[in-house]
Amino acid sequence: MEHIFIIKNLTKVYGEKKVLDIDELKLSEGSITGIIGPSGAGKSTLLYILNGLEKATSGKIFFDGKELKGEPDIETRRHMSMVFQKPAVFNTTVYENMAYSLKLRGMQKAQVKDRVHELAKLTGLEDKLRQKAATLSGGEAQRLSLVRAIIHKPRVLLLDEPTANLDPANVAMIEKLILYVKEEYKTSIVIITHNMFQAKRISERLVFLLNGSIVESGDTREIFSSPKDSRTLDFIEGRMIY
Amino acid sequence: MGYFIDAFNKALALMISFDPELYGIIFLSIKISVIATLISTALGLPLGAVIGLHRFWGRTALINLTNTFMGMPPVVVGLVVYILLSNQIGILGPLRLLFTPAAMIIAQVLLATPIVAGLTIVAVQGVDPLLKKTAISLGANSSQLIWLIIKEARYAIGAAVITAFGRLTAEVGAVMMVGGNIRFQTRVMTTSIALHKGMGEFQLALALGMILLIISLLINSALDVLRSGRGITR
Repeated sequence: MEHIFIIKNLTKVYGEKKVLDIDELKLSEGSITGIIGPSGAGKSTLLYILNGLEKATSGKIFFDGKELKGEPDIETRRHMSMVFQKPAVFNTTVYENMAYSLKLRGMQKAQVKDRVHELAKLTGLEDKLRQKAATLSGGEAQRLSLVRAIIHKPRVLLLDEPTANLDPANVAMIEKLILYVKEEYKTSIVIITHNMFQAKRISERLVFLLNGSIVESGDTREIFSSPKDSRTLDFIEGRMIY
Repeated sequence: MGYFIDAFNKALALMISFDPELYGIIFLSIKISVIATLISTALGLPLGAVIGLHRFWGRTALINLTNTFMGMPPVVVGLVVYILLSNQIGILGPLRLLFTPAAMIIAQVLLATPIVAGLTIVAVQGVDPLLKKTAISLGANSSQLIWLIIKEARYAIGAAVITAFGRLTAEVGAVMMVGGNIRFQTRVMTTSIALHKGMGEFQLALALGMILLIISLLINSALDVLRSGRGITR
């Protein structure tokens, strides 16, 4: 299996606190990798570093076999997109929000329109396209954030707890969309989740982070059925006190 | 109170008289303030956006300097421009701009640019940092990011421009100094008010002040419609 990201000896230090210390991590291309771990384990920091929003203190990151030195260039960044836990919508219409990534890439107006309508229909937002994005409900806003992040068919989609605080119907819609992106666009997806059921449902690979380091990683079903580390078992069964 | 009512009636009578001199003064006042506001916006907006959005050495000092210039006394600005444009000692003397509307515009630009820049710094810094991260994560380059943040801060930036325009329409010290209040050439509403006050024509001065207020109210209302409505949003 090819790896879209290979991380070696990665560290991130804030002041005197080391929040990430990863010896090696390989993220498989075209698959969904779930990242689990308690709050403060370094999950979001890892995603921010992969996306170029933060700089690693030391270590190497290879994207598609090529080492990223310093901040990733615009071409590399445009292969990725990220969705945050709290949906952040631009102060304009739903249509303009959805079209944003395509316009950044200079896509023709007619093609933008087609893509927006296609995904709006898929996500149940078609009748809200002219509405101000700020008027959407939390679930709708998060669906919009996801559409905006996938509309340009990125090679990598980074999701930082995209379904936290959402109702079950919206969680289901977002999970369905994530699986659609993986199948249709062959996008490699990394998702942080605190929901063990969700991790089990949608991720093929799983990484368990604790205090900035990887405790265990591998096939999701294997980890859930027979974790190799007792801390993993404690965490997935909700016995870990932190 | 009756004095003020009389002044108000006089203001209305002046306005409907369509006196060419009065309307010439009104037109010049608006023209100078509008041109100076446009130039100040063209200079102050990108300057404020760059200072507000980037981290660089000396940034704090630059922000402090901008804030200081925001409160610059107009007579000081007027004096500086006067010296610069003076035929005898000014390096820009050969341009022969002193006592022309151009000199008044230069002085007003110096007054308004720090206001637009300073308030733009605050406006862009007020944009939710998550929006900035979202735009970067979606592939925005530096200029696309700055444009997005300016659009997100458009209401606050609109307020900055209105504030600058308000300051300029009310300004008297600098334009008096570099314009000279020459009849039919550089006389504007504020210098005209000062002149009539000096001549003891208080009621006329007050009437002119009311006209100035009415004009400001009309222009600000128009700008507010643009700012909050379809003009500045898409």
